[in-house]
Amino acid sequence: SKLFYRYRDLAPQLVPLDYTNHPDVKLPYELIGSMPELKDNPFRQRIAEVFSEDGEGNMTLDDFLDMFSVLSEMAPRDLKAYYAFKIYDFNNDDFICKSDLEKTLNKLTRNELTEDEVRMVCEKVIDEADLDNDGRLSLEDFQHMIVRAPDFLSFSLTETPTVML
Amino acid sequence: MEVDATLDSGSEGKPYGTIFCLYEARRRSKNRRAKAQRKKKQVSDDEDDEEDEDEAPRKRGRRKRTKPQDSDQDDEEDKRSVRQKGAKASRRKAANEERDEESEEDQGKRKKGGRAASKQEKEDQNKEKKGNVKGKDETNKGSEKDKKKKNGKQSSSPVSSSEDESDEESMSEGEIAALKEQVEEKKKLIATLRNKPWRMKRRLVLLKEAQEFVEKFEGALGKGRGKKLYAFKVMMTKVLMGLPYGSIPRKTVPRSEQDTAMDFSVLFDFGVRILGVPCLLPYGSWDRLQPPGYCKYSILFYGYYNNERTIGVLKFRLPLSYLLTGVGIFGYSLMVVIRTMARNANEGGDGGDEGEFTFSWKMFTSWDYLIGNPETADNKYASITTSFKESIVDEKENQKNENIHLRRFLRILANIMILCCLGGSGYLIYFVVKRSQDFAKMDPASLTWFQKNEVEFVMSLLGLVCPPLFETIAELEDYHPRIALKWQLGRIFALFLGNLYTFLFALFDEVNAKLETEQELKNATEWAIHEYNANYSSYYNTTDVPPLVVNPADAVRGPCWETAVGIEFVKLIVSDMQVTFLTILIGDFGRAITVRFLNYCWCWDLEAGIPSYAEFDISGNVLGLIFNQGMIWMGAFYAPGLVGLNVLRLLTSMYFQCWAVMACNVPHERVFKASRSNNFYMGLLLLVLFLSLLPVVYTIMTLPPSFDCGPFSGQDRMYDVVMETITQDLPAFMGTIFTYATNPGLIMPAVLLMVLAIYYLNTVSKGYQQANLDLKKKMKMARDEEKNRRNNKDSTNQVMKDLEDLLPNKSLIPPPTEEEPPHDIVIEKGSKSTKMKPGSAGKGVNLQKEVSLAAPNPRRPVAHPPRARGGPPGHLRGPLPGPGRGRGRGAPPRT
Repeated sequence: SKLFYRYRDLAPQLVPLDYTNHPDVKLPYELIGSMPELKDNPFRQRIAEVFSEDGEGNMTLDDFLDMFSVLSEMAPRDLKAYYAFKIYDFNNDDFICKSDLEKTLNKLTRNELTEDEVRMVCEKVIDEADLDNDGRLSLEDFQHMIVRAPDFLSFSLTETPTVML
Repeated sequence: MEVDATLDSGSEGKPYGTIFCLYEARRRSKNRRAKAQRKKKQVSDDEDDEEDEDEAPRKRGRRKRTKPQDSDQDDEEDKRSVRQKGAKASRRKAANEERDEESEEDQGKRKKGGRAASKQEKEDQNKEKKGNVKGKDETNKGSEKDKKKKNGKQSSSPVSSSEDESDEESMSEGEIAALKEQVEEKKKLIATLRNKPWRMKRRLVLLKEAQEFVEKFEGALGKGRGKKLYAFKVMMTKVLMGLPYGSIPRKTVPRSEQDTAMDFSVLFDFGVRILGVPCLLPYGSWDRLQPPGYCKYSILFYGYYNNERTIGVLKFRLPLSYLLTGVGIFGYSLMVVIRTMARNANEGGDGGDEGEFTFSWKMFTSWDYLIGNPETADNKYASITTSFKESIVDEKENQKNENIHLRRFLRILANIMILCCLGGSGYLIYFVVKRSQDFAKMDPASLTWFQKNEVEFVMSLLGLVCPPLFETIAELEDYHPRIALKWQLGRIFALFLGNLYTFLFALFDEVNAKLETEQELKNATEWAIHEYNANYSSYYNTTDVPPLVVNPADAVRGPCWETAVGIEFVKLIVSDMQVTFLTILIGDFGRAITVRFLNYCWCWDLEAGIPSYAEFDISGNVLGLIFNQGMIWMGAFYAPGLVGLNVLRLLTSMYFQCWAVMACNVPHERVFKASRSNNFYMGLLLLVLFLSLLPVVYTIMTLPPSFDCGPFSGQDRMYDVVMETITQDLPAFMGTIFTYATNPGLIMPAVLLMVLAIYYLNTVSKGYQQANLDLKKKMKMARDEEKNRRNNKDSTNQVMKDLEDLLPNKSLIPPPTEEEPPHDIVIEKGSKSTKMKPGSAGKGVNLQKEVSLAAPNPRRPVAHPPRARGGPPGHLRGPLPGPGRGRGRGAPPRT
């Protein structure tokens, strides 16, 4: 399909054209992160890590396809919310805690906010979205908050559904 | 060619009418041109023969012409052709001069005006001809025919030039015929030039001349390629220059202004004045403020339009459409503005959850994952940062809590100061305008530049100085930035509007003065015509008096106040544009350059320090646009061309400002949108629209239009045109319907009905608003409930912890604790905040502990639970007896 060629174009020397016997090929993060869809995204490393099987951003073809299917407009909101949660959960502890929020914020604003401001924003976020008062956002908190967001659909890499396998 | 030949023979054989012959000749020459292109090597003899044939009918035709001077010319031409066999250059020159004089006389007979110019032209042509002749002498004597042709051309050019001067429409048949003939000759010359045995230089010169001639006059005859071009030229002169030698006085430049009317500085007089280019023009005493150039009499202004009721076959009713367009613009603009506002309101009002997750949404959904372009990404980063900062400031402002009395005092003080500023600026403008009216009565030569341009100068200066002053004063108020911005914009807006309205009132004074002058003039004119009629009839003893013929340029004319008002608005727009551009050039560009290059050799960092780069003021610019639009709305009725002018202005200023922003501005430090939806600006626009509607409608309804200019001349009021149309052009029953519709008895109930409808709709919308609020409240409550349920699962609720601590045996009471919290919440529905819970609940718990230990029958209170529900829980619970408190806590006794 189209995506396979996209995948192969990233590293023609590594990826064989014939994929029938499932060779064990992984593309390193450097190549994935330089894709036009990702290269300006502040969370590109997280995206690659979340979708890769080894958690280090090195992707097999399946991972690659997963990524595009989740980040397409066709994907259901809950699925998207789940992966978005994983992306924002920097330390992989299944909760978005303060440090995760700080990292997110700094990536979004390129460290242009002062420490006070960052702290305040993070407190506000937790105050707003944390339903169980444990000082961090669980997956449910996150879903509860994110599915109500008006522009959550922007959480997709492709404008039209290109994933048709 | 065959057809051509037969026609040729026919034309030769019979004495056809001149025009027909000419027509033939033209066709032939056309064909010949084509042929010459096709068959380059055709023998020249053939050509010559044919030319002879052509020549014959032409001469015949000329002789038949009625105009004596033309036949004279012909004769002379013939004579000369004989003479020229000797080929004496000097004699030829003399002949040329003779001919020139002749043609001059012709022209003198035909036309008085524009004489000087035509003379000038002729002299030029003369020189040219001499040059040609000399060239001819140098090269060769050439054949007889060639010379003849040349002579023909030479003789023709003066005639043509004179014809050129005269109005095309006034040309007689014979003149047209002659012109056609000359054109044909030229064409022939062009076609056969290739075969002539001349030097190349001469050929080129001849060719060029001939082509120019053909191009110039072919179009005038309504044929050939030049037709469109010619028509375009004529149209442009008519349209742009207001038909310089037209037949209607108001479209014609008066005699006293004709000499200078085409000067550049006059054409753009109103534009140049503010820049300080001194006006070198002899202003009349009454029109110092008016640009006495062609523009004033052009399509740009009200005065250009005619008051003919219907035009053309389609019966285009210009006055009616003028009025309806003027009013329709307002109606359409109103509709557009209100529609936009309604749409914005709809878009803004849909967020029920608005404000609940502001920060979270900003954090998690503001990045657009589709971004794949570094520049866009940069912009996105910047906008996200800004929006975060904005929310942070919002939040801080919400939390701020200070000395409210001091702040109130400061705010009142600031408002008083700003009111003083506004009043002062209004008075200043009024003063200056009054002064300028005094100046207008004085001799313009004795005025200095500053005195002439005082009004524009002061208005621009106020526009530059006041906004920063307001900003400084606004520091006192210490508002939230968004609100402060709104105040600031509102104040600048008030300043602009106040200035504009002062200006308008001053203008109305002038209009009234003009109306008086006009009345006098009208009376004088009527008197003069009456006198003329009386004199004429008594002198010739007849009642059949021919109408008085006056050259339109000499006609007496009224001041035409509509045009004057239009001119004022055009001046305002132009000077506004100049100020904008100059501000950008000096304030932004100059500053940027200084900062950039002086920074290398300065004691402190200019870029980061005091001057730094200029910030781009979005809100101010939007306000400028709105204000500009208001001026257009106001001025468009008096100067229809203003709309086009403004389109040009907006286009140029868009590109110019775009460049300025990219090149020398930095983004505003704290960008605050004035509002989430743009309804704030739209509201301002609506206000401006309404305010600019007022004066225009006032003039339409009350002031009498000028009697000798504009589409409404001759009417008492402008709207009489509509009445006239209704009574005259529509069927009778429409007229009756209209009379019924305009009956006060019908209008009053209609107004009443509308008021009632507004009241009803208003009530309904209030009801919806209330319902909306209730729903929001409910949602919030539901959310709290959900939150609490989760809390209970994790047993993080303070109440439950307390409870658990108090209970002797924790392990035995899980079921009741699970049921408990909902009760708690139900009880506390009355109080909005859940934060009050711990305290009040704690009290209850204390009570309950005692009660539950004492009460023997725990089940009883469940029978009447709602008693505690109504009031604030803490207070009601205290006095309640034991059984009431124990109702939910059935568990402890059970143990």
